[in-house]
Amino acid sequence: MPSSALDARAPFWLDPKVRSIFYQIAVLSTVGLLAWYLVSNALVNLEKQSIATGWGFLQRESAFEIGESPIPYSAANSYGRALIVGALNTLKVAFVGVVITIILGTLIGMARLSSNWLISKLASIYIEVMQDIPVLLQLFFWYAIFYETLPSPRQALNPMTGVFFCNRGAIFAIPESHPAFKYMFLAVLTGCAVIYLLRNWARTRQAKTGKTFPVVRVSISIIAGFPLLTWLAFGAPMKMSVPELAEFNFEGGMTLSPEFIALLLGLVLYTAAFVAEVVRAGIQAVSKGQREAAMSIGLKSNQVLQLVILPQALRVILPPLTSQMLSLTKNSSLAVAIGYPDFVSVANTTINQTGQSVEGVALIMAVYLIFSLSTSVIMNWYNKRVTLVER
Amino acid sequence: MEEIAQVAQTKELKPPVTSVGVIGWLKSNLFNGWFNSVLTIVTVYFLWKVVPPLFKWGFVDSLWNTTGKACREASGACWSLITTNIRFIIFGFYPYEMQWRPLTAMIILCGLLFYSRNRKHWSKYLGHAWIVGLFVMGLLMKGGLFGLTPVESTQWGGLPLTLLLSVFGLTAAYPLGVVLALGRQSKMPTIKVLSVLYIELIRGVPLISLLFMGSIIFPLFLPEGLTLNKILRAQVVIIIFTASYIAEVVRGGLQGMSRGQYEAAESIGLNYYLTMRLIILPQALKMVIPPTVSILISAFKDTSLVAIIALFDLLRTTQSVLSNPEWMGFSREAYIFIAILYFLGCFSMANYSRKLEKELSTEH
Repeated sequence: MPSSALDARAPFWLDPKVRSIFYQIAVLSTVGLLAWYLVSNALVNLEKQSIATGWGFLQRESAFEIGESPIPYSAANSYGRALIVGALNTLKVAFVGVVITIILGTLIGMARLSSNWLISKLASIYIEVMQDIPVLLQLFFWYAIFYETLPSPRQALNPMTGVFFCNRGAIFAIPESHPAFKYMFLAVLTGCAVIYLLRNWARTRQAKTGKTFPVVRVSISIIAGFPLLTWLAFGAPMKMSVPELAEFNFEGGMTLSPEFIALLLGLVLYTAAFVAEVVRAGIQAVSKGQREAAMSIGLKSNQVLQLVILPQALRVILPPLTSQMLSLTKNSSLAVAIGYPDFVSVANTTINQTGQSVEGVALIMAVYLIFSLSTSVIMNWYNKRVTLVER
Repeated sequence: MEEIAQVAQTKELKPPVTSVGVIGWLKSNLFNGWFNSVLTIVTVYFLWKVVPPLFKWGFVDSLWNTTGKACREASGACWSLITTNIRFIIFGFYPYEMQWRPLTAMIILCGLLFYSRNRKHWSKYLGHAWIVGLFVMGLLMKGGLFGLTPVESTQWGGLPLTLLLSVFGLTAAYPLGVVLALGRQSKMPTIKVLSVLYIELIRGVPLISLLFMGSIIFPLFLPEGLTLNKILRAQVVIIIFTASYIAEVVRGGLQGMSRGQYEAAESIGLNYYLTMRLIILPQALKMVIPPTVSILISAFKDTSLVAIIALFDLLRTTQSVLSNPEWMGFSREAYIFIAILYFLGCFSMANYSRKLEKELSTEH
């Protein structure tokens, strides 16, 4: 009864529901009209420039070389394959970069909290300086160091046997390929599976009987021991592929191009400063009382770290760490400025050659969205698991 | 009385020499424990190996006002590159005899920023001063009125361009970001979905891909005959990009507001607009000032990316000096110089943000 009385009093345009529907229709139609207007313009313009839209260009011959590629590629291959090479190059630099950044950032973050005045001051200067210089500038700087300061291959710097630095990049001696290495890799994978089972078994046993099992120590020996045993079983192949100076360049060994090193250095040194701040904040977020309480119930110092401090610090660290990792991946697109053939750089060349700008930019966005979304899905899943520890 | 007299007579024992003064400080800060002692010694040795040669390179052996040829024979840094080309690096292709105009514009900007540092000065009048200031700056750059010779925006470059892109970028992105954040919190599904789509899409892709989009695709979407110049397109992209980051920061502030604030506003009969305008936004935006400053810092750094799409910002003007045969090969000096400029800008902003955080914090 009262509701009908209200309805009678208030005119329909003051009803929040009606208003909300009206607003939504208004916004949606504005956005729709704008999109329709832009798209129709684009279609007219494309027709005028006689560019055929569509994905057919991916099958055409690319006719450009790519400096470095993890899979076989030549100018006779298609644009599609060139783009895959670009994506793999992006993944390569992002993966290596993320691993090194986490290690370096954690070290610097801990140095920042060190009781040693000198170390702590140096770490804070590093963090402050690196955070305040644009990453693009840092990339240019490292690249310039490589091609301007380092000598030609003939006068290459040789700080250690088997390691050379010159303006063609860094060249390392690596073990010569041998079937043993494939099996060593398999041994590592088996080791991981064994550790997973072992951990589950140790957990159930502890829940049932209360007996603990030194999981960490055993895991480390498994992960190191399995491949080592495989290596010994194959007769311990020791032959190295040592780089040697041929006419103009080095032959043998593994070469890291100056573009790759400059990109990696720039991204890692820049992002590590942010990661260091994240790690510092995470460790400081665990209150002093937690450590004292853990010690007072008789945990050893490594148990205090493992069971009390780290799980709580990780909870604080993970979300901002994820966004730093994502920003490293996104920043790797600056490779285009120094000529490392990452996805953006290859896509840019493709756009310039074919004129398929809409498709090219759409591909760039799609690839980075996939990277970002898959990383956040994985990290959210992991984050949830870590959060459960709290309760 | 007697007790007090006795206390006064007791001889005060000084702490041992090893725990006060320089020695005490060294002992407790650098040599506590064997690990720290080793660390200190290794670090000092490393610094001793690195810092003096760098100092010698940068200050003792360096040349400050010579030709590129003289630099090649010297062993130190070639700062002459900077001193000789400073006006091109700072102002780009802006007509030489009119470079006082961007200089004045930058001084006005710095003055306004400096005055706005103090929160006591924040008022309606300061807002008006900013609007007038931005207008005067635009007029100085563009010309065409009051007898100032017009200067095409294609000739703008260097530091004024960098500042223009970041200041206008943030000023325009801020309201857009607030609207998006409100949209994301909205109860209307369409508006919420559109806002979330916008924010996540833009935050998921690198700025450089958006800049490419602005420089390559954007012209396609415009009707025939209408063209926007390159700087404006880059500016629009930077606004679109920054707005999505601001939206996330503001959302943090909105989520930090307690329900009671909304309910109180509703109970005194305020509608949505008034609730936001008078109750929610003033509090939420105040809470997120420090993260907003860090967005400003990254927007300032990100403007360097426009160098990739061939706009002559600070980085690009420096690079074109480096491509001059006379100065080829002195990239280190040039990059260090602009790194110092960027550092000074970002560092002062970061410092300010820390100061604000202290002022605004209500914790005890």
